[in-house]
Amino acid sequence: MISDLSTIVWKEFKEIFVQRPNLRGGWLGLLIFLFVFGVFLPLQSGPVWLESPASLFIWAWVPFIMVNSIVADSFAGEKERHTLETLLASRLSDRTILFGKLAAAMAYGWGITLVGILLALVTINLAYGEGHLLLFPANIGIAIVVLSFLVALLAAGLGVIISLRASTVRQAQQTLSVAFLLLFIPLFIFPILPGDTQRAIVEAFSRLNMTMLLVILGAFLLVLDIALIGLAIVRFDRRRLIMST
Amino acid sequence: MQTYAIQTLNLTRDFPSVRAVDSLTLEVPAGSVFGFLGPNGAGKTTTIRLLLGLLEPSSGNGKVLGFDIRDQTEEIRQRCGALLEHDGLYERMTAEDNLEFYGRVWRMSAPERKSRIEELLTHLGLWERRKEPVGSWSRGMKQKLAVARALIHRPSLLFLDEPTAGLDPVAAAKLREDLAELVSSEGVTVFLTTHNLGEAEKLCHRIGIIRQGKLIASGPPAELRASSGSPQLEIVGKGFDDSVLAYVKSLPEVLNARLNGDRLVIGSKGSLQSAPLVGELVSRGVAVEEVIKSQTSLEEVFLKLVEEDEKVEGGQR
Repeated sequence: MISDLSTIVWKEFKEIFVQRPNLRGGWLGLLIFLFVFGVFLPLQSGPVWLESPASLFIWAWVPFIMVNSIVADSFAGEKERHTLETLLASRLSDRTILFGKLAAAMAYGWGITLVGILLALVTINLAYGEGHLLLFPANIGIAIVVLSFLVALLAAGLGVIISLRASTVRQAQQTLSVAFLLLFIPLFIFPILPGDTQRAIVEAFSRLNMTMLLVILGAFLLVLDIALIGLAIVRFDRRRLIMST
Repeated sequence: MQTYAIQTLNLTRDFPSVRAVDSLTLEVPAGSVFGFLGPNGAGKTTTIRLLLGLLEPSSGNGKVLGFDIRDQTEEIRQRCGALLEHDGLYERMTAEDNLEFYGRVWRMSAPERKSRIEELLTHLGLWERRKEPVGSWSRGMKQKLAVARALIHRPSLLFLDEPTAGLDPVAAAKLREDLAELVSSEGVTVFLTTHNLGEAEKLCHRIGIIRQGKLIASGPPAELRASSGSPQLEIVGKGFDDSVLAYVKSLPEVLNARLNGDRLVIGSKGSLQSAPLVGELVSRGVAVEEVIKSQTSLEEVFLKLVEEDEKVEGGQR
């Protein structure tokens, strides 16, 4: 199983890094991303980049975007380019193909996010450290690592389900972008709620401390991820998939 | 060793609006090249998908290499290679990486992969271009590479779904030549679907003809020709008229006859002697220039069988 998974990951990485023609993936896109989030924004913000909950929000958002483009290409792309049927006719099991592709997308999206976080730490320390080691506060640091992983998994699970229904990569990416916007619905709804409701919500959240809030958010994402991956396992069935190739 | 690589009994597959494969009973001897002929939409691709365990049969049974097509699909795919409707190549990857990937899929060791890739690409004349992304290749080259991919793990059974479809005549002829060589050197059983009858005649030991999901004939090409076709006599000359045509049609050995310009085309039962007939035609004022005897081609057999099947079906309605 491990050897088969690594075979799929090997192929996916070949497609992502070596021969990917567009800028969203590949080395150039990657370097631009790392420069913006690992160097430019930390330099602009200063040490507050490490302490502010806003950086948590940014680092949780980044893997969604990174995984989103890879998953759509990996699943809907195989259908669109007519390579899926041959892969399904091989000796690999459905779960090996599914988890191999998920592992590649996660390794790319979450791995790059972690590299970006480390690069930001190095940038802040070099620019503002003055001999002291500047680090994320413990709760924010742990939350960034855990939440970015759970968000990457969310993007991967959602991406598989949407891509399996889409007939082209573009269609899958567009649907995923809409799904991404849906995550912000609470932010859009909040200002139009009645004043009393707004105050009640603010009070409810203010009773929670930051750590508790992050734990609740993490638990919610974990449940969502498990549900989505479970659904992806059910949907990724070669006897069903072969009808769409 | 298995006597038959493929055996099916009343294999049927229904889709919501159509019965794609209808009570298919088939035996493909191990080590043979079996041609599965049929018009577009006849059920050839669905049959391959059923045999590879990619689709579940609606009813009936089948065994591939001794394994059940319902319950032992992984065992079947482990031992088979396939070039399906599309070449299935990763166009952004190089030719070598495409084969490397499928070599890894079939758990070949690194030295084994290396030597097998070199062997296949050299055999197919693609070794010098192994570092190129296959997206830039011609369709003929891609099909050859797809054949190499299907053979990389030395499968016992190879499925080829219309391997020369869409190729120009030169590329198709070259691929057929390469296929024939590879099949004979690898000793693999081949299940080949095509609607190119010349291809089937050149490559196949046995042929099955399918129409609307039903097998309407099966056997070696020579046997099919003998059972379905009649020998033809073509007389080229001048002076043919209706009375000559009526005379020829009246002969007991003649099945049918027609005039085609300066040619008289006669379908016979096989016992028609050409010399006395030519003598009689000359005495009736025909200036005979050439006499051509020919066997029925597989194409004619195929068209005749399909036509007969259509008539039977029409009569049943």
